[in-house]
Amino acid sequence: MLAYYLELGLRSLRRNPMLTALMVMAIGFGVAASMITWSVFRAVSGNPIPDKSAQLFTPQIDSWGPQQNLPHNEPAEALDYVDATALMHAHAAKRQTVFYMVGMRVMPGGSRELPLNANGYAVTSDFFTMFEVPFRYGSGWSAQDDHARAADVVISDTLNQKLFGGADSVGRMINLGGHGYRVVGVTHHWNPKPRFYDLFSTQGFADEPDIYMVFNRAIDLHMHPDGRNTCRGSLSFTNWQSYLQSNCAWITPWVELDTPAEVASYRRFLTNYAAEQQRAGRFNWAPNVRLRDVVQWMDYEQVVPPESRISLVVSLGFFVICLVNTIGLLLAKFLRRSGEIGVRRALGATRQEIYTQYLIEAGTVGLAGGVLGLLFTAAGVSSVGILFPPQIARLAHLDLSLVGLTLLVAIIATVLAAFYPAWRAAHVQPAWQLKSN
Amino acid sequence: MSLEIKPILVALRRHKAGTLLIALQIALTLAIVCNALFIIHQRLAIVSQPSGVDEADVFVIANRWADTAQSTTQVDAQVRADLLALRQLPAVRDATPSSGYPLQGGGWDNFVTMTPDQTKPTTDAAIYTGDTHFIDTLGLKLIAGRNFRSDDVMVMGTQQSITPPTVIVSKALADRLFPGGDALGKSFYAMGTTPSTIIGIVDTLHRQGVDQWSQAHAGQSLIWPLRADDSRGIFYIVRAKPGQLATAMREAPKALYAQSRMRLLDLKDSIQDYATIRHKVFDSDRGMVILMSVISIVLLAITAAGIVGLTSFWVGQRRKQIGVRRALGATRNDILGYFLTENFMISLAGVALGTVLALAFNLWMVTHFAMDHMSLAYIGVGVLVLLLLGQGAVLAPALRASRVSPIEATRTA
Repeated sequence: MLAYYLELGLRSLRRNPMLTALMVMAIGFGVAASMITWSVFRAVSGNPIPDKSAQLFTPQIDSWGPQQNLPHNEPAEALDYVDATALMHAHAAKRQTVFYMVGMRVMPGGSRELPLNANGYAVTSDFFTMFEVPFRYGSGWSAQDDHARAADVVISDTLNQKLFGGADSVGRMINLGGHGYRVVGVTHHWNPKPRFYDLFSTQGFADEPDIYMVFNRAIDLHMHPDGRNTCRGSLSFTNWQSYLQSNCAWITPWVELDTPAEVASYRRFLTNYAAEQQRAGRFNWAPNVRLRDVVQWMDYEQVVPPESRISLVVSLGFFVICLVNTIGLLLAKFLRRSGEIGVRRALGATRQEIYTQYLIEAGTVGLAGGVLGLLFTAAGVSSVGILFPPQIARLAHLDLSLVGLTLLVAIIATVLAAFYPAWRAAHVQPAWQLKSN
Repeated sequence: MSLEIKPILVALRRHKAGTLLIALQIALTLAIVCNALFIIHQRLAIVSQPSGVDEADVFVIANRWADTAQSTTQVDAQVRADLLALRQLPAVRDATPSSGYPLQGGGWDNFVTMTPDQTKPTTDAAIYTGDTHFIDTLGLKLIAGRNFRSDDVMVMGTQQSITPPTVIVSKALADRLFPGGDALGKSFYAMGTTPSTIIGIVDTLHRQGVDQWSQAHAGQSLIWPLRADDSRGIFYIVRAKPGQLATAMREAPKALYAQSRMRLLDLKDSIQDYATIRHKVFDSDRGMVILMSVISIVLLAITAAGIVGLTSFWVGQRRKQIGVRRALGATRNDILGYFLTENFMISLAGVALGTVLALAFNLWMVTHFAMDHMSLAYIGVGVLVLLLLGQGAVLAPALRASRVSPIEATRTA
């Protein structure tokens, strides 16, 4: 019987072609608009490190004071050098890292006569384990190398391809900005999106870093941050040493804490540290610290661009209107056939059967709308670039799950919209219809 | 044509569902379209902000040094040689070094205070560094005071903080700091211990950023007479002679490579003209305009189509009634008027509800996205558009109804 209803439904698509076309178009547009904006939203709001996002925390320490702080007395989004090194020395967490963005060039050599860009980070050894950086060759460096300020460097697969044709380059030397470095590891392609670990210098979406070098060495070489740098009050530094002692925030810290007890104890450590600084006269305000995990940090830093949320909400509203429209049109389409329904009811069809038949018919309309919507979605997703910057637009793509979702949403939404019109159809009075015919 | 409001109301009660659906659709459409129009208007205002730059002739070179360990003296010598080479190019009118450029997206800004020990800043200014060629290169209009002289220009090394004693400010910054209009010769502090004295005022100079923070300090910029000899790199802003932008953009990198090859000029954003810069920085704003326009147009079309569909159905259902009325003496215009009035009343209910929804939606966006409150004019326009749309949509089925012949009254249907 269901197959028969389905056939009836498909056949009825051709009846009232205008009404049907209107509904199919409305559903197609509605579902496509929602799916296109959803594909972007899904990409920008995903959890980039789901298995560890609850164990990674970024500490903040108020070194500016209530008068200079961000709105709501929020401390700086990164640390100054003094606090960053103090956190590293205290070693109050199982794993911890501090880092900042560096801009380097690979000097000409071999067949290359022009320098090559190499952006990346000056990090400490735990960076690689904490963020689960995958390695193709070699590995990161050790804590001893951190202390020894080793000239070690980890390079990306892409840079390894450019410099060594993709071969295992561990142990090879490269010249970065006039200094020699030994390659200790080559990463697999690794560019979590959003870039949760560096929301201070990036908005969460940036090209893959090329290199990672030893933090202490970068400091020794007076390597200036290539990312953000934010300061308060009068700036009077004249050299690297006075810059390091300034209140400029430019270093991002992360710690790994496995249990709630560890989190509580680290929070206490931060508060104690700030209290100590207050006693020492460096801060003349009460301790004001934060400890946010990955999800809280992404939320605070507003990784999802407002455009993405607004367009998703507007598209959903658009879809709802399309469905309201569909309810009205289905009502017209079904009730137009009151006569036919009356005959069928008189011949013994139950209300349940009429109800099922019309819901299935609506389902076929939904399916047709979904297929049309899929075409619009495919076209839309490939032109998301007009709406979002390229780094974000690249993330939106039509995969199997989106295809399935588009069809499913179209059919379910249409069937839901058909509940009332089908109910009305099922309640057509057979006697009435027969009499007037 | 008499307004038959009471019989219409009675008739509407007979098909409550259809009436409610049309009214609801009009209400939701109004809510979305008003807000979309508001977003479009706001974003268009952002996208068309003037930069103050002679955008047709100016381009920017992001010059990164290969040797990041160079001393300030080495960098400065190279920068001066580069500038000389650029300015000598036949297609080039002028060139300046700079720390950034208008509409760059992000960039350098400092808090501004009136006294050195003031903790709460008076405002925030975007900072540009440049030499005596900055104003001419960008094509800025000096409206008061003088340009920098070569003895004003200082050299600033990497991560060094220097506050020059002389500064040229944008009119917006001058007006913000000295509302009396007497900014020239006055001084202020921009996160430095020494004051900067205003020696010149330029008309419009957009900030590097276009984000919310920058919008709140729109157009407040200052120029410091500094060559910022950062060991990582520097921006060269170049102004081509009229009509020679393309030639200048081709020649410039060659001239720079001829000075030294130890630099990076081959990245995708190394050399950009202002059309590209503007396009890039307003990407998402332009995208919002396109998306909201498409959604509004499709939405209005779908709403109109829905009204046509349902009204046609009603007309079909009521052919006999119409025939009876015609037989009883109603003119074609009476029938036409009936359906137009009916739609008008449904639409009125719809826009009334829609106004509330539109305001609620706007309020939601105000609280969640720090958006401005929508002016009532948008609702006015939206209401008018939807009422007209409703009347337009109902016209065809209503005309068909008016052509129903009185003979229909005798048919059984």
